[in-house]
Amino acid sequence: MSSTTTTARAAASVGNFTDERVGASKGVKFLARKIFPDHWSFMLGEVALYSFIILLLSGTFLTFFYVPSVGETTYNGVYAPLAGTRVSEAFASTVRLSFDVRGGLLMRQIHHWAALVFVAAIIVHMFRVFFTGAFRKPRELNWVIGSVLALLSLFEGFLGYSLPDDLLSGNGLRIAYGIIESIPVVGSYIAFFLFGGEFPGTAFIPRIYTIHVLLLPAIFLALIGAHLVLLVVQKHTQYPGPGRTNQNVVGYPLYPVYMAKAGGFFFIVFGVICLMSAFLQINPVWAFGSYDPSPVSADAQPDWYMGFMDGAVRLMPGFFEFTLFDHTFSFNIFLPAAILPGILTTVLVAYPWIEAKATGDRREHHLLDRPRNVPTRTGIGVMAITFYLLLLLSGGNDVIATHFNLSINDITNSLRLLVFVLPPLTFVVTKRICLGLQHKDRERVLHGEETGVIVRTETGEFFEVHRDLDPRVRWTLVQHDAQRPLELPPAEDENGVRRPGRFGDRVAYRLSRFFFEDRVEPVTPAELEAAHHEHAEPQALPASDDATTDRTPIAGA
Amino acid sequence: MTALAARRRHPMATVVLVLLSLTVVGLIYALAAPGKATAAPASSDEVAAGKQVFLANCATCHGLDAEGRRNAPSLIGVGAAAVDFQVSTGRMPLQATGPQAPASHENKLGTDKTRQVTSYVASLGPGPSIPDADQVDPAKGNEAKGADLFRTNCEMCHNFNGKGGALTRGKYAPNLDKATPTEIYEAMLTGPQSMPVFGDSTISPENKRDIIAWVRGVNEEPSPGGFNLGSIGPVSEGLAAWVIGLVALIGCAVWLGAKAS
Amino acid sequence: MSDGTGTDEMSTSDHPTQQVATVEHDGDAAERFENPGLPEHRSRMADVDPKAARRAERQVAALFGLSVVGTIGTMVAYFAVKFEGISGSNAYLQRVQLSNILLGSGLFLALFCIGIGAVHWAKTLMPDEERIELRHPMRSSDEDRAAAVEILQEGAAESGLGRRPLLRNSLITALALVPLPAVALLRDTGPMPGRALETAPWKAGDKLVRDAGGGPIKAADVQIGTVIHVMPDGLQETGAKLEERAKAAVLVIRLNPDDLGDAAKAGAYDGIVAYSKICTHLGCPVALYEQQTHHLLCPCHQSTFDVTKNCEVVFGPAKRPLPQLAITVDDEGYLVAKNGFKEPIGPSYWERG
Repeated sequence: MSSTTTTARAAASVGNFTDERVGASKGVKFLARKIFPDHWSFMLGEVALYSFIILLLSGTFLTFFYVPSVGETTYNGVYAPLAGTRVSEAFASTVRLSFDVRGGLLMRQIHHWAALVFVAAIIVHMFRVFFTGAFRKPRELNWVIGSVLALLSLFEGFLGYSLPDDLLSGNGLRIAYGIIESIPVVGSYIAFFLFGGEFPGTAFIPRIYTIHVLLLPAIFLALIGAHLVLLVVQKHTQYPGPGRTNQNVVGYPLYPVYMAKAGGFFFIVFGVICLMSAFLQINPVWAFGSYDPSPVSADAQPDWYMGFMDGAVRLMPGFFEFTLFDHTFSFNIFLPAAILPGILTTVLVAYPWIEAKATGDRREHHLLDRPRNVPTRTGIGVMAITFYLLLLLSGGNDVIATHFNLSINDITNSLRLLVFVLPPLTFVVTKRICLGLQHKDRERVLHGEETGVIVRTETGEFFEVHRDLDPRVRWTLVQHDAQRPLELPPAEDENGVRRPGRFGDRVAYRLSRFFFEDRVEPVTPAELEAAHHEHAEPQALPASDDATTDRTPIAGA
Repeated sequence: MTALAARRRHPMATVVLVLLSLTVVGLIYALAAPGKATAAPASSDEVAAGKQVFLANCATCHGLDAEGRRNAPSLIGVGAAAVDFQVSTGRMPLQATGPQAPASHENKLGTDKTRQVTSYVASLGPGPSIPDADQVDPAKGNEAKGADLFRTNCEMCHNFNGKGGALTRGKYAPNLDKATPTEIYEAMLTGPQSMPVFGDSTISPENKRDIIAWVRGVNEEPSPGGFNLGSIGPVSEGLAAWVIGLVALIGCAVWLGAKAS
Repeated sequence: MSDGTGTDEMSTSDHPTQQVATVEHDGDAAERFENPGLPEHRSRMADVDPKAARRAERQVAALFGLSVVGTIGTMVAYFAVKFEGISGSNAYLQRVQLSNILLGSGLFLALFCIGIGAVHWAKTLMPDEERIELRHPMRSSDEDRAAAVEILQEGAAESGLGRRPLLRNSLITALALVPLPAVALLRDTGPMPGRALETAPWKAGDKLVRDAGGGPIKAADVQIGTVIHVMPDGLQETGAKLEERAKAAVLVIRLNPDDLGDAAKAGAYDGIVAYSKICTHLGCPVALYEQQTHHLLCPCHQSTFDVTKNCEVVFGPAKRPLPQLAITVDDEGYLVAKNGFKEPIGPSYWERG
């Protein structure tokens, strides 16, 4: 038992030390027993967070060996096909790190796999937040921070894999330079200032290095810090369920449960990434060779998270470029590479306010939505995913062509059509599915569960006895709000004076009709009563659907 | 004095001497110079047999005299190398129409018939001949030089590791994993279908051997980072990140959030 | 304490001029179902059965122990896998692969098992009764808001900014202008484009030299159906400045002269044509030549150019055809450029015209 007392005494003296200097007890009181709800979908953001930490750790190791310079040197290392070739210092140091530093290749692969997982996790996390409505008040600010983080992660990754100055990433930089050149009026100036002159120049690797290693990580740390602080201050949202209300958080305390679970999850993420890096090769730059503007390899793609832009650029037909008054308008590039991402980003960042306008809802929301209960939002989300996936697919059209024996021209032309046709289709289908699921929920509440007990009445009818749902199960199905379209107040008040803000009201009205015109409302106790009454008569066969009393039929079905 | 010495001032002595020297030089050359790439000149039996093979397997598309038809080019002057390549890789006889003739790496005619029909077509007009073993020996090529040449001339279609790539309208540059050194040489020399012709003046025979050394070498090269996921670059890597990485991590998250029994 | 329905209004910011009607919410509890409260707590085996608890404890300890094995394995592998005295590139790569697998798997064990152990510990042994923490509205109380407003107003008054417009305006002016030097300091990050984008390193008389392999090219040696990657003499070494190689890459192709369109014939020599290899879309090398269709395909975004039509675009996102380099032969029969390119190489830009 002396060890326990020693530990206790050590802990006490540390605690005393910190409390006397920074008042640590207050912090412990505030933080240690904070309740966090438990659901696997809340771990997606953690995957991103931990991947970021892994990137910092592995990246630091890489900086000890990587040389950010395009100065020329002759390769005389172990890899035979490069023997005697003139390569850049950046490339040579990367190959040296891979082959001559023990664990160097592993660290490079950990860094790169972690980057791919980082962006993937951000996107999955973002869609979880979107589909469950966690971006609503008071979390709009966190949504904006998250969107900015998502965008910056694309750039960070792009700059990162361009650092080895290999043939594949060098071509990517060439394309980036071309995109910048296509900006009207200032394109060539920006390109010259960013790259220090014509492509490739000697400035771009050191500059990319500074941005990738110093500027962006600093911004990331600040934004992630803000993101987490807001999460702690506003407390995490939770899924609806029995005992969970908008005024509480139900879950487990940070200390010890979440320190163990979330802390353990960090090790799990790190472990999985290490396992991938042990067995799956990524970015074998020695096989590409040092960057030279003349050769190029087939299968020239950026890392997956830039694939949607690559795909958009591939789909765009060339006739969108034209010359007018001695100037070239390269809309075949500017549209897919700048305007499209710009529009997507704007809609993404503004979405909480778009929806707020449609609902007119100014309350705080801490209970998440079940996606089926917000069919239009879910449909919009699936439409966005469809659009994104189609662009991603077209970024790999030549790989698809070789592996499935298709023609790249056919793939491109089909995707040009699908990109306009498929998203609205998926919107409609998703919305219908959500409404259907809501109907099913209503049915379950109104008709209860089947018990498997068959009853024969005196008149000879057979029916199956249904049992009402347990109130706790039923609660999840009925707790959501009935969202209805806003009503448009009269354009003129009683004195005939036209009301200011009319236009905004009309927009809100139209928007809310788009969102909520088609809806299924949750069952109320009154409806359940009525259903019970109807079912008290054994003549009505339970299978008949006349008994259901939807408050509103689906309009425009 | 010998009889030869007695006639050393004979007026015909010069002529005899020149003729003798020419014969000696000619003999030395014939013995010491590298042999031409052709196999031993086909016997007329072989050419005749080849004609039968041709008529049975090729004439339907290529014409009775190999003059070509609407759907198949003329074979006059394509040379033995072209026929040997097309037939040994199983591209010809063409089994089905499509954007291009696919390689099956299985000689449908068999070695003997291939040799015969090759001789026959070669006899129709002069063209590139089949390389000998020395010309295609990977051990004699310089891999580093081959890598450099492959990078500039080949990898844009065949990919940085020779895994193949897409061309327009369903055509493709095939995966080189199963290509033998002779096939690689012949393909460069004859430029089958969409592939450009890399004659000896464009890529010299030594350089061709360097490329062969590199292409065969890259197959034996281990992937130090693990499975190479097909060596097709970021597409398969991104797929792996999602299908392996994210699925595994979400699986762990689901386990983490589930109540213990 | 669980109470209330899901429709309680947590907080409404009152907008006296609210012009759009909010959704009607039933504050009346009877109209909606009531929250039934937390479900019953289900015990885990480790909660009721001490043997199960000890088993869980042993499992966690085993996992941590496995992590130690992984750590030791990693350390051993790091030092035990030797890289000296290996002959041959492939054998060396094999060794690297071995080291990578051992270090990676060792680290995986070391890290993953700590994670799984900690999570298993929390799931089986730490209390899992759900606890409740109350939320407070994010919105501060009215008193706090009033106090904050009062403080801000007092402070503003004390600063004098409100009453002294000269102070305010001069401050704004100073602050607005002070970032300007930061912008100015970026001026030397690069030169002005000037006419740099318009020129390429080709001029009249430059010999066309093989990019890989080197050596000038005789017109007679160019076969129909071939493609040769060339640079102007002097740039074929990769040591040459990459900015020049990025504009100088050229393809030499030979066609049957009858197949060449008129536009191309002017710059051609006996069916041999030379075109810039740099794609006019975004600058990738348009290196794929299809001998039978006479198409040049760019691998990046699949722009396709038809050589018989002076490399005009037949598919894909490029707009402008590849610039032609007019060629001829010198007295020895080697291909040389007739003159430089007549238009800028590579992607379009605003002032290109």
